[in-house]
Amino acid sequence: MSPLGFVSQLLEIIVALTLAPLLSGWVNQCRAWLQNKSAPSLLQPYWVLHKLFNKESVVAEHASPLFRAAPYIVFGCMLLASAIVPTLSTDLPLSPAADAIALVGLFALARVFISLAAMDVGTSFGTLGARREMLIGFLAEPALLMVLFTASLISQSTSLTTIVETLAHRDLAIYPSLAFAGVAFAIVSLAENARIPVDNPATHLELTMIHEALILEYSGRHLALLEWAASLKMFAYSCIGLALFFPWGVAEAHAPLLLVLALPTLLFKLAVGGALLAVFETVSAKMRIFRVPEFLATAFLLAVIGMLVRILLGV
Amino acid sequence: MIPITEWIHLDWALVAIAAWLLIGVAGVFALHSFDWVALRLFPAGAFVALVLFGVALRSVFDTPEVAVLPLGLPGLPFHLRLDSLSAFFLMVIAGAAAGVSAFAAGYFRKGQGTPPGLLCLQYHVFLASMALVVLADDAYAFMVMWETMALSSFFLVIAAHRIADNRRAGYLYLLIAHIGALGILLCFGVLQANTGDYTFANMRAQQLTPFWGSAAFLLALFGFGAKAGIWPLHIWLPEAHPAAPSPVSALMSGVMLKTALYGVLRVAFDLLQTQFTWWGVVMLAIGLGTALFGVVFSAVQVDMKRLLAYSSIENIGLVFAAIGLALLFSGYAMKPMAALALTAALYHVASHAFFKSLLFVGTGAVLHATGERSLGKLGGLIRYMPWVAWLTLIAVLASAGLPPLGGFVSEWLLLQSFLFTPGLPSSFLNMLIPLVAAVIALVAALSGYTMVKFYGVIFLGQPREEKLAQARDAATWERVGMLWLVIGCVLLGLLPVQFIALIDPVTRQLVSAGLGETVAAGGWLLVPVAVERASYGPVIFLIGVGASFVVAFLLVRKLYHGRTRRAPPWDCGFPWQTARMQDTAEGFGQPIRQIFEPLFRMERELPSPFDEAPRYRVSVEDHAWRWLYLPVAAAVERLSRLIGLLQRGRIALYLLYSFVTLIAVLMVVQR
Repeated sequence: MSPLGFVSQLLEIIVALTLAPLLSGWVNQCRAWLQNKSAPSLLQPYWVLHKLFNKESVVAEHASPLFRAAPYIVFGCMLLASAIVPTLSTDLPLSPAADAIALVGLFALARVFISLAAMDVGTSFGTLGARREMLIGFLAEPALLMVLFTASLISQSTSLTTIVETLAHRDLAIYPSLAFAGVAFAIVSLAENARIPVDNPATHLELTMIHEALILEYSGRHLALLEWAASLKMFAYSCIGLALFFPWGVAEAHAPLLLVLALPTLLFKLAVGGALLAVFETVSAKMRIFRVPEFLATAFLLAVIGMLVRILLGV
Repeated sequence: MIPITEWIHLDWALVAIAAWLLIGVAGVFALHSFDWVALRLFPAGAFVALVLFGVALRSVFDTPEVAVLPLGLPGLPFHLRLDSLSAFFLMVIAGAAAGVSAFAAGYFRKGQGTPPGLLCLQYHVFLASMALVVLADDAYAFMVMWETMALSSFFLVIAAHRIADNRRAGYLYLLIAHIGALGILLCFGVLQANTGDYTFANMRAQQLTPFWGSAAFLLALFGFGAKAGIWPLHIWLPEAHPAAPSPVSALMSGVMLKTALYGVLRVAFDLLQTQFTWWGVVMLAIGLGTALFGVVFSAVQVDMKRLLAYSSIENIGLVFAAIGLALLFSGYAMKPMAALALTAALYHVASHAFFKSLLFVGTGAVLHATGERSLGKLGGLIRYMPWVAWLTLIAVLASAGLPPLGGFVSEWLLLQSFLFTPGLPSSFLNMLIPLVAAVIALVAALSGYTMVKFYGVIFLGQPREEKLAQARDAATWERVGMLWLVIGCVLLGLLPVQFIALIDPVTRQLVSAGLGETVAAGGWLLVPVAVERASYGPVIFLIGVGASFVVAFLLVRKLYHGRTRRAPPWDCGFPWQTARMQDTAEGFGQPIRQIFEPLFRMERELPSPFDEAPRYRVSVEDHAWRWLYLPVAAAVERLSRLIGLLQRGRIALYLLYSFVTLIAVLMVVQR
């Protein structure tokens, strides 16, 4: 492990932890502007986390230890996920521990734990949320894998750092296979991060909620960790998207000085991406739960087409 | 007599198998003594399994050993051979059997129908016959052991034979097992190529024409597929597994299905000298179809053991697909790729043996404590049975294919072997491969759904029946057995590098290439080809998640506080909460029923809105019954009725038949 690699790994973890709530705040702010509301402060998510950490945690009477361990496990999974996705540098010592497939496994692990925890209390909403979350999960996961496979076929590798290094060195052009994969990835990330049109992060409307139903029984520090994990997940997904489709500006092992430039580039890319997400969420409406399979099947299909285009036409 | 110091591994293995048989016979002498059978004989069986496990572990790396047993018919002795492939499967059999036997020591407590001593005999004969199946080196010994295995497990399935459903399940199992055995017998008939010599050594020496080679392969696929539970020959599995006592289901699902996979590997890669690519395509298609079918059906089950039985069908399907891929590569002479796919298959064989046995014994413990098999009457058991619940959680995570456990490694290897596929000479196949990878990804994700349903409904939430509060946790021997299986699941997940070193000699034997050297160079990282291409480090992975867990836990307490208050559940402020408001198993399966509707044969009875006493009923069945089995059964019945016309029940008529037959035979002989 090179000392520089260690530094960039540490930097990545810190950046992920600190920037993730900011990204949520930015998306909320943009959305409020677009909807003609007065926006909350950009730092609002930090205040919310602080407030929740200060509050005592109310746990249901018969909740098992699984319920109390789940927030920490989910948080750990999301943190590891954001640590292995190359956002600032491709010289990451942790990255060989998990490639693209293991990354999908990591998200699945978090999903299974949060769903089990939601079933643990045994309320009607908890089990409903668990079922819906697993439903979306099993539809989105194959699509996500197909997207990653398309990128792996181009770079002949499932290692995320190799993928980014290969893609960043290609000519600036539109590649049909990646274009298909990109659209699929956008759909999958909307579903996985509980955004409109699959889920609405701003409501507790019982008939439509998915993510909120899962975490309904949580409060205090447990809720804070889950909220933080959710924003880390969004951050990690954004970074995967940037790494696959806009990989320029990520520092490589042989050019450590670029690390200084990498952070502003990342901030710029995230700001644009967040604003686009807000626009998309404003102009679309939430769909019925049984329309979601069709929505995600579209993503799956597009990703498979992207893969076929790559294999058959080589573009 | 050879001195004990000069015994080869095969001798030790045979001694262990003989010990199993002796233990079984000892059971007969204490037919009704539970104490003796449960507390002495089953633990002894577990110990023997451990010895066998050790022997197999050591012999994986050795050169093949052969022996001839002076048993069997005169002039037709049993040939045995312990090579890497046998040793690997022997290891899987003994490893899982050790845990299951220890569990069984605590499990068989009260009367099950069959007296405990007899059960002990059947159980150990079953174990011994499975071990001998993988050691057999001629068709005769193989078939004898294969049939012994089928018969002993049949008796175990109908252990609770006073229940009519169990007898029916046992009959179905026996029927399919024998239809399959016919296929295997015919396959060996083709393989010996009219030489009349049924030893495997002779079969290896034969060069079959493509036609006869393919015929032998398809017969093997049919015969072993029936035992493995390949669609549409799977129907016995969801019937037999719930009927059998849980340790037996664990053995049948975790271990016996593997002997069928062993048979496929033995025939396709060892006895047949050349492989054709289309075999691989056929096997891949069958395997994927079976996997998807299995997982979709398992998601809608409401009986916990049926759910696991369908999940076994899924896993066997995945292994079939991996073997198919290996055949495909082997047909194109792409040795390293074939080795990768085969490694994935063998890895899945081992991890499935451990996690599925664990899941089945877990359901056994639940069944014992509650007397309920139906998911609709369970719930909340993590509070009353913490040991069982937490140990089963590991198996559930492994079965859902989640890192860092065993199930994920095999899935990872399998997906890797698909990703490295482009470059096949046939562009048509190249086009199909991504679709295949997509199906595998879908199956893996769906198995996560199923496992959350399984675990959540049984162990989490509120108990759906009041009597569940009296459920008692597993006893010592049951815990020991489960712990051994858990250790297997965890080690398979964390030490893939070391385990692939064990698989390496097997793939070298079968496709003359192995991953051993590349993987060993990776150190703690699992690197199948090169570190730039793909790597996975489960230990680092675990440390990463674990460290974040601990740091977050400590920091929260350091910077803020750790205060917790217990209160009634919130549930959006809804005041009346009953256990019946939770999702039922049916409810959890509903999205799957809706999305995959064409796969099921569903019958719904929906009450009208004005019904005073509304009843809602939905039955989900298999298309195979209606479109395949019932027509065949009807045809067989018609045929037997025709034959029945000959039977008039009058002696004179029968004498006439004998007379006519005699004349006819004499005419033939005269000529």
